[in-house]
Amino acid sequence: MSNLVSALNHAKSAGFASVEETGLQGMITVRGDLASKAMAAAVKAATGAAVPATRKIEKGDTGAVAWMSPDELLVITSYEGVDSAIEAMKASLQGEHSMVVNVSDARAVFKVSGSAEDVMAKLAPVDFSTEAFQPGEFRRSRLAQVAAAMWKNDDGSFELVCFRSTAQYVFDLLSVSAANGGEVRHLS
Amino acid sequence: MLILECPYCGVKGEETEFHAGGEAHLKRFGPGSEDADFETYLFMRENPKGVHLERWRHANGCGKWFHAARCTMTLEVFGSYSAQTFEPPKEIKDKISAKRPGWSWRNFS
Repeated sequence: MSNLVSALNHAKSAGFASVEETGLQGMITVRGDLASKAMAAAVKAATGAAVPATRKIEKGDTGAVAWMSPDELLVITSYEGVDSAIEAMKASLQGEHSMVVNVSDARAVFKVSGSAEDVMAKLAPVDFSTEAFQPGEFRRSRLAQVAAAMWKNDDGSFELVCFRSTAQYVFDLLSVSAANGGEVRHLS
Repeated sequence: MLILECPYCGVKGEETEFHAGGEAHLKRFGPGSEDADFETYLFMRENPKGVHLERWRHANGCGKWFHAARCTMTLEVFGSYSAQTFEPPKEIKDKISAKRPGWSWRNFS
């Protein structure tokens, strides 16, 4: 059988911050009434996390759940765990007006560690100061010319999701922003 | 540069995160309507110097459409509100009145 590979297959670059494509990641788009009990049960079943508040990401035992829009969530699991998570969610959402779709292969995931704020702040019109953008915050915006969603981890690193078709563009953007000599140090 | 606040996700973002969607509160005249009404619906738009009501979409964000009230001269934004309404809510009208007393826009004032 052929090997499964992600968009850039763990491409890496290092400057004053390091940029890495994190490889295959299970991602599920869920749409429906976020306030409903069925949705809470479905999200719990898939990840062990609660339904996140507006613009937040919740982490659970087997994954994370991010708030995408008033009627949409992004469930992040292991790549192998996607099918079982979808089944569990569909079972919980039975009879509800909802949609659960596997989007793992439609997206690419990057991680920026080190002085990540400096890298991100050059690319997105978002306030990345430590007071404004804290771990657990989730933000959809643009990176230069393409749409992306980003969040901050407890260790200060950033992870971001973009469309697979824009993966190379986003990797190049992040790499050039993280190039040595390009430190701004306005935020740290 | 415009700073708009999306009423759905609460993001205060700058213009490039949004996409302008033209004039707000248009009433559609479709097939079977009078020619004059159809022409007005298609072509006649407000082009005010001052208070203007517009549709915007949070294109690089939550993806939702919403309405915004702003001044075309100073680029001041008075407020944004839900897309699911035929007229601006009272609080938005009050905010405009506080800054531009005596304003009017089509049938609203």
